[in-house]
Amino acid sequence: MSPWRPMLARSGVVAALAIVCVLALRPIAPAAATEVVRVVSPGGIEAWLVEAHAVPVIALSASFAGGNGSDPAELAGLANLTSYLLDEGAGDLDSATFQQREADTGTRMWFRDGQDRFAVNLRTTTEYADDAFELLHLALTAPRFDAVPVERMRAAVLADIRDNVGNPAWFTWRAFYDLAYPDHPYRQPSRGTVATVNAITPDDLHAFVERTFTRDTLVIGVAGDITPDELGRRLDEVFGDLPAAGSQTVLPDQAPGAAGTRVLIEREGAQSQLLMVQTGIARDDPDYYAALVLDHIMGGGSMTSRLTREVRQTRGLTYGIFSGLYDYEATRQWVIAASMTPSSVPEAIDATLAEVSRLRDEGVTQEELDDAITYLTGSFPLALSTTGDIADILEGMQVYDLGIDYLDEHNHRIAAVTLDQVNRVAHERLTPDAMTILVAGPAVDGFTPDVVMNGQELQARELATEPTL
Amino acid sequence: MHRVSRLLVCALLAGAALPARAEVFDAETFTLDNGLQVVVVTNRLAPVVTNMIWYRVGAADDPVGHSGLAHYLEHLMFLGTEAHPEGDLLEIVARNGGQQNAFTSWDYTAYHQSIAVDRLPLMLELEADRMRDLSVDDARALVERDVVMQERLERIDNDPAGRLGEQMMAALYQNYPYGTPIIGWEQEVAELDPAVARDVLDRWYVPNNAIVVVAGDIDAETLRPLVEATYGTIPAGPDPQRHRVSEPPQFAPRLVALSHRDVQQDEWLRYYLAPGYITSDDAVTPYALQVLNDLFGGSLTSRLYRNLVVEQEVAVGAGSFYSAGTVGPSQFGLYATPRDGVSLEDLGQAMDAEIQRLLTEGVTEEEVAAARDRLQIDAIYARDSVGGAARMVGAALAIGMSLDEVQAWPDRIAAVTVDDVMAAARQVLDANQSVTGWLQRDGDAPHLASGGSAPVIPGVIQ
Repeated sequence: MSPWRPMLARSGVVAALAIVCVLALRPIAPAAATEVVRVVSPGGIEAWLVEAHAVPVIALSASFAGGNGSDPAELAGLANLTSYLLDEGAGDLDSATFQQREADTGTRMWFRDGQDRFAVNLRTTTEYADDAFELLHLALTAPRFDAVPVERMRAAVLADIRDNVGNPAWFTWRAFYDLAYPDHPYRQPSRGTVATVNAITPDDLHAFVERTFTRDTLVIGVAGDITPDELGRRLDEVFGDLPAAGSQTVLPDQAPGAAGTRVLIEREGAQSQLLMVQTGIARDDPDYYAALVLDHIMGGGSMTSRLTREVRQTRGLTYGIFSGLYDYEATRQWVIAASMTPSSVPEAIDATLAEVSRLRDEGVTQEELDDAITYLTGSFPLALSTTGDIADILEGMQVYDLGIDYLDEHNHRIAAVTLDQVNRVAHERLTPDAMTILVAGPAVDGFTPDVVMNGQELQARELATEPTL
Repeated sequence: MHRVSRLLVCALLAGAALPARAEVFDAETFTLDNGLQVVVVTNRLAPVVTNMIWYRVGAADDPVGHSGLAHYLEHLMFLGTEAHPEGDLLEIVARNGGQQNAFTSWDYTAYHQSIAVDRLPLMLELEADRMRDLSVDDARALVERDVVMQERLERIDNDPAGRLGEQMMAALYQNYPYGTPIIGWEQEVAELDPAVARDVLDRWYVPNNAIVVVAGDIDAETLRPLVEATYGTIPAGPDPQRHRVSEPPQFAPRLVALSHRDVQQDEWLRYYLAPGYITSDDAVTPYALQVLNDLFGGSLTSRLYRNLVVEQEVAVGAGSFYSAGTVGPSQFGLYATPRDGVSLEDLGQAMDAEIQRLLTEGVTEEEVAAARDRLQIDAIYARDSVGGAARMVGAALAIGMSLDEVQAWPDRIAAVTVDDVMAAARQVLDANQSVTGWLQRDGDAPHLASGGSAPVIPGVIQ
């Protein structure tokens, strides 16, 4: 449910020294000036390509409309379980045979259910590209969903659910979605509950594939050691026999509810988790880039943000405090999150709200704006340092309809943001008085909740074998 | 997405210990008169560079009673110098579109920026400046100590898996300092002294104890004058020497069983002491262990996953991990997540049976050949990442390997035989030099009544 769910490459079971960093790490944002080519296959399938032949590796990132947010309530977790099973047997290859070919050819293939879209990722060396594309074709068009692997992956998902409900951030997000989206499909846990995952059958999985993996909502980004001609051929091989159209659920648009509500999710813990949410701004909103710059200055991902200065550098209350804008198909959120010693919670909330209020009332300085613009434009190429990064960005550019020239355009849009615009957006869009403030931790003096939830009860609901939601 | 043990997530995020192949990375190296070693890894994918400086000092060099000192110094290094007071350093990098961070391991401390290649001279100047100087007033340094304490709470004390890992390492190493957490023990973190941290800077942060690695859109010819103009002006210091105690022979298996209210999903782990590149008596074993790791537990087709998850259905995930890149004795690790209803004791027995079968029946020529091939493919993927290449080469040199040794990696892997793998397995998979970890639900009291072979060490059970 959390937008920060880490994405792990399946082949990634490797060891390293435990390493401790000076700053909490945060995912960085996209891209830079590289030539993007629109490739249309003989069969009419489109992909955006950045050719790079220095390293014999090809990366493909694709997605279809329809993620876990569209799961039927009684089958919550359907998209997630599907993402485990596509390479567990397809076509004539049973699970073991498929896995063996994947491993022997060094093919890295993984699938991920987002809230709104279902993502498909492939990484292959040029040498084994034939095998890799063939395996991907089978996974997308002919997954078997044999009983034995389905039960094996169901058990794995149930273990993930049990694991996830112990995560401190899970409590705040769980409570937030309960209160902010009481009647919306987004409320459902992305992995489902023990009860709903147990209810999923192979027929449900086949039905998900049939309605979701269709060409009308498919977008594809590719980077690496491949020419446009070869890619055109590959596109038809992999995606050519997918149905032209499926049936996607249209989710009702909804602003997050529970504005201004203070929520305590009671649980023991050495730290409390803090989550503050207000309505966000859509990617296609004319004010989006001004909001992005404002968010960067407020708390978005650098060591120089105002919230980092106030809450970490000056007061030493937390290891990391971040803000971010999340744009989903049916809702928009502006989020601030941190963790701290329970007794520091009131001070951290006060300091954060004071800073957000100051931004709303006084705006930012020209110097802050200039610094933010130089950072956001200057760091743009950094996220293009692997072929996988580039493929991901090309896919995202199509999802958000940013235009094929976006890698050049991005910096122009950021640089065009003016002080008046940022300060107007701050004034109009920041709503410190209407934030939903959620704390998962022990009750403390100085934080008076409007709603008190019990952490163990939230867990129990997720883990119950009978539906309770 | 398949399941990866949450206990390993930190390791994944910290960067995979993938092999480094210098010829693959197109690496060049030279050394300045003051002893600073410089490595350049050219990659022209984007007009950016990753600039790193590695100091050969880490948490295992912390003086007794000051655990967490190397990591605390890493934090202080961002707080300013005479020339660039606090804020300045952070703002200069950000204003130039750069991203920066740092990390501390037991054996090294590294600082890095990713930035457009034309800003590299400025980054070298900033790093050279803070190698000489740290100018932080005590009040600010003490606030940063609070930040470190919050970091400890977040990573360890508020995460049962983090705490189990800490307890297991403490039980695995009976003398060697890897048993002390990098971030430091809570009561010692609370007392960390900025003045002592400055002593570490003075003694260890000298050019002759550092390695600069620059990867990306640059070559050695271009870089050389830039480093000479910056780091080149810093005089060498006395060569700092690591004084590491050694790990004695071990004679008994240990079990650390941690129950916690936040745990809803049990996990099983084991660490064995294992030789690494530096501590191995021979040149073959660290490579043989990488092949063993791959075929035994490195993927979803390896023995552990196939047998415990697919065939016996006692686990939902199982595998192994190994890193050869340490100054001291390393670890070979195993993990498994039980399927619902399977006890950790039963899962451990299934795991032990696999180990027994490995040791008695051996491995096949085909298994070893397939593993060698997969590792060679990993090396190709490793070339695709500018930052990844810098990390791999830097980490190898920081523990004392030469670039030639790094360069020989593919050949060394290709030369590993069935006999090498079995000799390494017999050397390492000895229960008497291992710690088993149980992460379990609250109320699942550690119970070893029915034939549990591993004794429980009082004081490490919570």
